[in-house]
Amino acid sequence: MAIAQRMDARRAVKTSRRSFRDRLLQDLVRNKYIYLMLVPVVAYYLIFHYGPMYGALMAFQDYTPTKGIWGSRWIGLENFTTFFDSEYFQRLIRNTLAINVIELFFAFPAPIILALLLNEITSPAFKRTVQTITYLPHFVSLVVVVGMMVDFLARDGLINNLLTPLGIPPTQFLQRAEWYWPIFVGSGIWQGVGWGSIVYLAAITAIDPTLYEAATVDGANRLQQLRHITLPGILPTIIIFLILRIGSMMSVGYEKTILLYNPSTYETADVINSYVYRKGVLQADFGFSAAVGLFNSVINFGLVMIANRISKRVTEMGLF
Amino acid sequence: MVGKRTLGGNIAYAMIILVMVLLMIVTVYPFIHVLFASLSDPADLMRTRGVILAPIGSVTFAAYEAVMNNPMVAIGYRNTLFYVVTATALNVTLTILGAYALSRKNVMLKTPILFMIIFTMWFHGGLIPRYLLISQTLNLQDSPLALIIPGAISTINLIILRTAFEGVPPALEEAARIDGANDFQILWKVMLPMCVPTLAVIILFYAVAHWNAWFDAMLFIRNREWYPLQVVLREILITNNTESMTTGVSSGDVMPIGETIKYAIIIVATVPILFVYPFLQRYFVKGVMIGAIKE
Repeated sequence: MAIAQRMDARRAVKTSRRSFRDRLLQDLVRNKYIYLMLVPVVAYYLIFHYGPMYGALMAFQDYTPTKGIWGSRWIGLENFTTFFDSEYFQRLIRNTLAINVIELFFAFPAPIILALLLNEITSPAFKRTVQTITYLPHFVSLVVVVGMMVDFLARDGLINNLLTPLGIPPTQFLQRAEWYWPIFVGSGIWQGVGWGSIVYLAAITAIDPTLYEAATVDGANRLQQLRHITLPGILPTIIIFLILRIGSMMSVGYEKTILLYNPSTYETADVINSYVYRKGVLQADFGFSAAVGLFNSVINFGLVMIANRISKRVTEMGLF
Repeated sequence: MVGKRTLGGNIAYAMIILVMVLLMIVTVYPFIHVLFASLSDPADLMRTRGVILAPIGSVTFAAYEAVMNNPMVAIGYRNTLFYVVTATALNVTLTILGAYALSRKNVMLKTPILFMIIFTMWFHGGLIPRYLLISQTLNLQDSPLALIIPGAISTINLIILRTAFEGVPPALEEAARIDGANDFQILWKVMLPMCVPTLAVIILFYAVAHWNAWFDAMLFIRNREWYPLQVVLREILITNNTESMTTGVSSGDVMPIGETIKYAIIIVATVPILFVYPFLQRYFVKGVMIGAIKE
């Protein structure tokens, strides 16, 4: 710990005036317990978050684990151009974007609608019951959720059993590429709609109740109150979450993808993250897969920065 | 006019109630189906199609017995409990220290350290460099530490707790300082007792995340003795790997993987979550709100 303190101090000396060094030394002594607490925290972030950022340099290398970053051959942007020229590039970008766009249209509004409907319910007990039940799937593990989907969507599973009497022939849903997007997004809504509604319900609670009283006096019905008070009241929250969502338009969670997809659905299911996993972890093509991952990280970073700028302009409050 | 509007309003209200009831059914039915199926007679269940509203055939706990006697499920359960307890303890300790330190005023390096931490929410080196760092550079392949240390702090939880600490009235801290308390004492005796609800929330978030985690275990753990429950579950439910169902069982009494056993495993793996959930529900809405503001 003393070493870390001295290093901090020494770094400060190099970059700044003497008085700054004195103030810093004084601060390190005065807040010695604070800095003591920060040592393991900073060490954790340096090793497990900044370590991989350094390791991402392998994206510019013909990386061999035994030689490490220092010993591997530098090849410039070759890994990136190989990826851009590969037959997978278009498919991965298309699938990643498509899933995000479908989510934006269906999964994004779902919790808002649920919050608005819950707000109309006058019985507190009923409302709390709906909330308790719809929050629940958020806590159930992805493995269990996908496990249940595999069972229900199987050829002789629950869904086909319900559809057969309606004259619909049984389908192996999880083996069919054309069903992957609706299943992926639909199950995401099932698992997340309740949990997602929490923030919007809180935003509704924060609306000044006198607005509703005034509207009632003016003869506005519930629908008019919804349109002219509730919706405008939660609009800033909606906009912030919309912008946040746009910041992640180029990422689809690899955990669920890897659980849910299989070779017969790769055509629509394979996204950048799952491709990185297969190339890197399963096929040990480290430099190349690190390049694909870094490409995605840089795009995501750019999107977050753009989203933040828009947010600052639109809502006068940045996300950070 | 007035009567008409009330009628329309009533119909609309009835529709909303109906939608909510349908939503609850769609949410809960999969779990009910799994529960009843797990208690059903396997042969009778095979012949049944569609929705089931009670166990089929005579109620039997045979599937649960099979699950309890399955060595991989037992190993997975034991390991997951170990990971949840140790990793959550480490999480909570480091998160408390970091959140407290970063909630103090007049700490000169606070801003650069905070930036360094928040920057990791926007940019990361990627899956592969992280995988190689942990498995090769740090040589944690096949070590349970690979599931405990690399996720030692969740930045969101750190920020949630920091926000809570910042909300404690400064007068309390000043009073303690006048009485000669140092930072560790202030943290332990003043701040933490004031922030129990938020602390409960982040403990819940961490513990549930560890209970549900499987991806890092798939990356780093090859030794089946160290498999967490979710990896065992994945083999049985999704990849249909029969090894999990039979390892450790002498070849004479290898149990066929009945459908009912799968259902029983889902129940056994999910019940602990359902058990802690109602106790902490009243806290977590607040936690989510704090997190959302600075997410």
